[in-house]
Amino acid sequence: MIYSLCLLLILVGLYGVVASRQTVKIVISLVIMQHGVHLLLLLIGYREGGSPPIVDSGQALTSFAGLSVDPLPQALVLTSIVIGLGVLALMVALCVRLYERYGTFDVTEIRRLRG
Amino acid sequence: MGDFDMFGVDIRTLVPLFVAVPLAAALLIQLITRERQLLSGWLTNVTMLSLVLMSCLAIGGSALYHLGGWPSPIGIDLRLDNLATLMLLVINTVGLAVSLYSMDYMRRYTATGHFYSLFLLMVTGMNGVVLAADLFNLYVFLEVAAVASYSLVAFGCAHEELEASFKYIVLGSLSSALILVGVALVYGITGTLNMTQMATRVAETGMDAPLLLAFALFICGFSFKAALVPFHAWLPDAHPAAPAPVSAMLSGVLIKAIGVYVLARLAFNVFGAGDSELSLLRWLGIVSMITGGLLAAGQNDIKRLFAYSSISQIGFIVLGLGLGTPLGLVGALYHLVNHALFKSLLFLNAGTVEYATGTRDLRKLGGLNQALPVTGATSLIGSMSIAGLPPFNGFWSKLIIVLACVEAGYYGFAIVAVLVSIVTLAYQLKVQRTAFFAALPKELPALLSKPGREPRLMSLAMILLAIGCLAMSLVVLGGLRDPWLIGAAQQTLSAGPF
Repeated sequence: MIYSLCLLLILVGLYGVVASRQTVKIVISLVIMQHGVHLLLLLIGYREGGSPPIVDSGQALTSFAGLSVDPLPQALVLTSIVIGLGVLALMVALCVRLYERYGTFDVTEIRRLRG
Repeated sequence: MGDFDMFGVDIRTLVPLFVAVPLAAALLIQLITRERQLLSGWLTNVTMLSLVLMSCLAIGGSALYHLGGWPSPIGIDLRLDNLATLMLLVINTVGLAVSLYSMDYMRRYTATGHFYSLFLLMVTGMNGVVLAADLFNLYVFLEVAAVASYSLVAFGCAHEELEASFKYIVLGSLSSALILVGVALVYGITGTLNMTQMATRVAETGMDAPLLLAFALFICGFSFKAALVPFHAWLPDAHPAAPAPVSAMLSGVLIKAIGVYVLARLAFNVFGAGDSELSLLRWLGIVSMITGGLLAAGQNDIKRLFAYSSISQIGFIVLGLGLGTPLGLVGALYHLVNHALFKSLLFLNAGTVEYATGTRDLRKLGGLNQALPVTGATSLIGSMSIAGLPPFNGFWSKLIIVLACVEAGYYGFAIVAVLVSIVTLAYQLKVQRTAFFAALPKELPALLSKPGREPRLMSLAMILLAIGCLAMSLVVLGGLRDPWLIGAAQQTLSAGPF
């Protein structure tokens, strides 16, 4: 169920990228899509009623592994969010520069390259 | 554990340096030499030269490096094997020529310190992708290379460059998202990100439906990066818009290091793809070859023509991979090396033409052989190589791919490959005839009598790559089953899962 909501989020983002005419809206749709992917990654490591992945002192590692959620996807998502932030900053900078040059955010008017 | 090579260097200590050295140099340029153009340039060149030497030292060796000393399935590994060595050699050799070329070419731009930093970051990312032994670090390095290339495409900040870069970044982020979904799925199914462990678990379960979905996502994502045909829309805009040295790097190595290489690695070494999965690669290759070739023939912008030609040549490489036979793999890897050399050479030639005349439009050019002798001669070598005329390297690699098609029983594909080679010859002759051999147009002679139209370092870089092309045509004499380079890399791929 919740997996299909993730998929929905990704598809909403994809639809936005394909259907929007404004550069900024395309950027926002990409971010929605990215976060859909991040949620999916997190869900893969999730376990119903699992404990946070922090080992208490004295806890046996085998029983810990049986109880906690998987910490690895969380680390991956964190990394991926940072990468996403870098790409987002670059995309927004490009949007600003494009507006300076073309005077518009409309992608149908930003088209000098053909063929 | 690690092998020692003839100079007594432990190869294992070299492995992290392929990533660390260019990364450190990029930082150093930002911190110290940003304002000093010449110093930044030389620092980049020295870095690239040291990377080339390190790649040469790594030939024939193999090593597994544990980052931070953590043992294998827990920690992060870097793995150097024959295929990785081949890719490292290609990336860093072309990178050296390109950085030499940039010394003169980038003089007309401002903020060259940033250019050299981004260039080195791109090299860092590509070296990292080639060495990464787990899927997520591969993704991270891929993003490092991709982000650097997005900003390098926009480096000139003119109308076309920004537009091309925006297109590139949107499609690039889309494909990265697809790849990340693939990574998530594979992790969910196999419970590991380490490619060796993943390969054993995939081999145990076989390719079931969820794994096939993950594989399909990877194919889509990396086909974007490699610009195979239904996913190619960004390349003909992005590659010509970038400054010439960057175009050479993008078309020459980037699409191979983060596209074709990863496709090959995943298909053969991780998923152990069977014939039905490989047929997908074959068709992608064939469609790219035909579409790229036909579109290239209609272009009048030199760099745009070369960009479409890249799509077509990548098609040859992927077709060879898709055959999955040992001969097909040799052909694909040989063509990969050759294409890296002659396509970067041709982009550098186009850059020199633009540098000297101020235009890339074939209709306004002509007779450049007298005015730009080095460019003329080297571009002739590049054109003849890519067109596949007999003594040159492109002929041998295409011949092997065609023979591999015949050997595998795909006669139709072999005929298509031959026909596309003829189309390649046609558009390369068009470039040679109109730009280099025809009479000089009226407007050009005044421009061409000025001194410094073909600066020394730019000529040196082009000559270096041309010699590389000629040297690669001699490899075929060694029977190509050579134990140290292409043959060795081919063995890595056909060995199946790690």
